[in-house]
Amino acid sequence: MIALLLRDLRLAVRAGGGFGLGLAFFLLVAVLVPLGVGPEGGTLAKIAPGILWVGALLACLLSLDRIFALDFEDGSLDLLATAPIPLEGAVAMKSAAHWLVTGLPLTLAAPVLGVLLHLPGEGYFWLVASLALGTPALSVIGTFGAALTVGLKRGGLLLSLLVLPLYVPTLIFGAEVVKRGAAGMAVEVPLLLLAGITLGAAAVLPFASALALRINLR
Amino acid sequence: MMPDLGKYAVPVLGSYAVAIGLIAAIVALSIWRSRRMKRALDAVEARAGRK
Amino acid sequence: MSLWEYANPKKFMQTATRVLPVVSVLAAICMVGGLVWGFFFTPDDYKQGATVKIIFIHVPAAMMAINVWGMMLVTSLVWIVRRHHVSALAARAAAPLGMTFTLIALVTGALWGQPMWGTWWEWDPRLTSFLILFLFYLGYVALWQAVENPDTAADLTSVLCIVGSVFAALSRYAVKFWNQGLHQDSTIMKVGEKDPLDPAYYWPLIVCIAGFILTFVALVLLRTVTEIRARRLAVLTARERLA
Repeated sequence: MIALLLRDLRLAVRAGGGFGLGLAFFLLVAVLVPLGVGPEGGTLAKIAPGILWVGALLACLLSLDRIFALDFEDGSLDLLATAPIPLEGAVAMKSAAHWLVTGLPLTLAAPVLGVLLHLPGEGYFWLVASLALGTPALSVIGTFGAALTVGLKRGGLLLSLLVLPLYVPTLIFGAEVVKRGAAGMAVEVPLLLLAGITLGAAAVLPFASALALRINLR
Repeated sequence: MMPDLGKYAVPVLGSYAVAIGLIAAIVALSIWRSRRMKRALDAVEARAGRK
Repeated sequence: MSLWEYANPKKFMQTATRVLPVVSVLAAICMVGGLVWGFFFTPDDYKQGATVKIIFIHVPAAMMAINVWGMMLVTSLVWIVRRHHVSALAARAAAPLGMTFTLIALVTGALWGQPMWGTWWEWDPRLTSFLILFLFYLGYVALWQAVENPDTAADLTSVLCIVGSVFAALSRYAVKFWNQGLHQDSTIMKVGEKDPLDPAYYWPLIVCIAGFILTFVALVLLRTVTEIRARRLAVLTARERLA
């Protein structure tokens, strides 16, 4: 399973696409929003938590269809399904690889973009903390969506339609943590709920994803 | 006969119009699809029966 | 005699086509009766004026929007566990109906909100959850449309429905947490408590709810029969092409 993780990471870095693309998209969102909203620092500071979370979410969405698509095309997904390791574990490793190449860089880049959006000083720690806690959920949920749409020809748009409603709770709690943190309020409740969603999704969804994959490979 | 709706005529009538319109649309769509499917199936079954 | 008898498509078709006219007539009577009663023969509310008449559409539609999803969840589970085709096809038949009811609830809610709250749309927990529910329906229907093999489609949508239900419930609580609401609490179950719904509205509302439920049952039967026919048609044409 570790070998699978390393293989996915190596492929992602070599192909170069998913890695940089998500980050570039995130940067673009952070640049375009002030251009659209106007340069007033007060307004930007107020909407910064929401913008950063929505940006991270969309950047994550961008690379989801790559999780299984390439493996499906060249047949290695069939090999994985018949391999001696459980498919659930393989799926979980795929999610982990996806998080390492998208969620983690996004989390690390977020404070820099926070500067662009005038995020108040107290917010930075909570921004990084909430993204670090929340983006794994985005990857795991996204893997489920990718597993559902793996065999479809025009799966990309459908994938977004299926996955975005599932992202709602994560987005709400994640943005709430940053908003409260930036305003200097207590953040324990949304932070705990966010962690709960991530852990719950990581524990249960790989089974659903593996089920969906088996159906699609039948 | 027509009740006096006062200044709320637009929202009330609008709600009824939208709801009745949508329900009528889905009913019509269901019936239309049902009829078409029945006709197509009958045709194919008749053909299958002849052989 | 058990419920599972209807898992046999033939038996289901027979019973459905026999029951359908009765249910349709009852649905039409309740629907027309309830709406006419509600529209023409109820007094104006002292606070809400004539807008109170919208309740007879808004409340049943909202109830059905949620209950239809619940029914889809049950039929999806039955399909996953017992592999009865009728069950999966019933879920498929119900989804567009649920979507329509959600849309009706949203639009009538907006029309009601405009004079009452002074705004068409408010990011109120109930309204927001309904919008999210609408998105769930949209994704579900889109997935059915996209997958070609009907059994694969049934499996995938069932999994989506089950996972979606969990996340829909989560979203409901998340949204509640996110914003306290303008929307008043439901009063229909408060009979006998303080602040009950006035009986002048209660009975026409009950008739309307019955009308919506019966309309849904009639349409679901009709559409399930259609789906069964569509499956049979596909099989027969495939066999013809082979022969």
